[in-house]
Amino acid sequence: MSLRIDLQIISDWIPDGARVLDLGCDDGTLLKHLQQRGITGYGLEIDNRKFADCIKAGVNVIQADLDQGLPQFSDQSFDFVILSQTLQAIKRPDFLLQEIARVGKQAIIGFPNFGHWQCRVQLAFGGHMPKSRTLPNAWFDTPNIHLCTVQDFEQLCADKQINVLSRSIVNHAHKDTLGTRLLPNLFGQIALYQLQKQPS
Amino acid sequence: MPDTIPADSVGLVSPTTLHVDSPITLESGRSLPSYDLIYETYGELNANASNAVLICHALSGDHHAAGFHSMEEQKPGWWDTAIGPGKAVDTNQLFVVCLNNLGGCKGSTGPTSINPETGKEYGPDFPIVTVLDWVHSQVVLADHLNIKQWAAVVGGSLGGMQAMQWAISYPDRLRHVLIIAAAPKLSAQNIAFNEVARTAIKSDPDFHDGYYTEHQTIPRQGLGLARMLGHITYLSDEAMGEKFGRELRNDAINYGYDVEFQIESYLRYQSSSFVERFDANTYLLMTKALDYFDPAKEFNDDLAATVANIKARSLVISFTSDWRFSPARSHEIVDALLSAGKEVTYAEIEAHQGHDAFLMSIPRYIDIVKTYMQRVAIECKTS
Repeated sequence: MSLRIDLQIISDWIPDGARVLDLGCDDGTLLKHLQQRGITGYGLEIDNRKFADCIKAGVNVIQADLDQGLPQFSDQSFDFVILSQTLQAIKRPDFLLQEIARVGKQAIIGFPNFGHWQCRVQLAFGGHMPKSRTLPNAWFDTPNIHLCTVQDFEQLCADKQINVLSRSIVNHAHKDTLGTRLLPNLFGQIALYQLQKQPS
Repeated sequence: MPDTIPADSVGLVSPTTLHVDSPITLESGRSLPSYDLIYETYGELNANASNAVLICHALSGDHHAAGFHSMEEQKPGWWDTAIGPGKAVDTNQLFVVCLNNLGGCKGSTGPTSINPETGKEYGPDFPIVTVLDWVHSQVVLADHLNIKQWAAVVGGSLGGMQAMQWAISYPDRLRHVLIIAAAPKLSAQNIAFNEVARTAIKSDPDFHDGYYTEHQTIPRQGLGLARMLGHITYLSDEAMGEKFGRELRNDAINYGYDVEFQIESYLRYQSSSFVERFDANTYLLMTKALDYFDPAKEFNDDLAATVANIKARSLVISFTSDWRFSPARSHEIVDALLSAGKEVTYAEIEAHQGHDAFLMSIPRYIDIVKTYMQRVAIECKTS
């Protein structure tokens, strides 16, 4: 089974046997894949259909609203907390990021980069809220209420004393190109970060 | 009455009684020298006895969970919506067992049974049994059926408590546990409702301290009142409003104290039919079993420590409008399982039917149980 490339990158960052929490775990594809490597844990999902898919996939899934934080989990109880393509749909991303840093020893966060040149062009010259392959919705019915750029996100991490351990910024096909390497905030469409809270 | 048996029904079924001739010592310290357990089974036990599912019943339930006893029977078993060929608990693949609990009044030994020591009905002298006692007696049934390990133990409400107790007390004897619309213990409000129900029964002049059979009577008024109160707490305000609203039985109000609103008529009908089919002493006993359920008591009230030995994978389900055992109560169970690092899945079902939702055919609920049980069934073929 070949995994979507962003999920493959996430998977590559996680060592065998780790304990993970996948926030917004979608249909359980990533967790199912990780299970084969002895990586255990839970997914959190609020969408009814995706939730049922998780049960079918045989992964542990908890129906929960990420906007409420992660009160059911104790400090540092997971090796990795994963949040893939969901940060932008959260009411208070800063609060959730803090919760992720509390619960996980490390975090992996992926989101669509709103600083991509196509977004900039559409807004600057078209005068419209941008739409793209990774952000296909119109402004009025989008679940993506808190879009940010690579720079914005790194600033938030710095403010929260969270270190970036590694970063992978790729285009919509999840490939890294010369552009995404040299000017990630301009050419990257999807950003993936491996993070760790600074010791206090 | 069904004209024909529906294709997805287990069809005509009949119960079996297991007579246990060895004594059982109860949590209270009292014991029963011998006892009967009445049960029904649906589907076929496979060659390695790996596909058995135990269904635990709630307060007023019994062993008749699915199918019909006869073509004259008005309604099928109490969880027929979920048990049958091709249904959520698929009897084409699973062997389903459901028994009437000890202390019940539908065929297992209980207050209406004859006490072998006196030759008279036990009545109020029947010892109070607890959820743990039930589980112990269910183990005896499992042994009798040569079931060393259940594929799953499933229950809603008080049945969910039994399922949870199974996972805690006999971790090696089940692979999955489904805890539906339950709580890890009753709240003060829950106990308060039960006490009102008991007071209603005990203060009926026909109760005679529980020896009503000797007086050839039934505490109809008290038991009916207890059932009415129960019914109110099983439904939500919204469900009741939707079903009855302020609808009148006749067109106008008549400034009297007779039944006027449809809800009054409904409650009276429910209570009057209930008193003819349920025993008051059993009702008292069941409410006590609920009140006493508190598995964490043995573990310094630490629920995470209580579930630490569980080996089964859990599916916990709650319903949004259930105020008897609200989603918050299920969260207590889920949080304990999470904190103990156990395998758990939790679903919160959007439903307006209140606590009773666990017995109803709510598509998303049934679909989740079905999807989960499909995986259980697939595992049975390899274990």
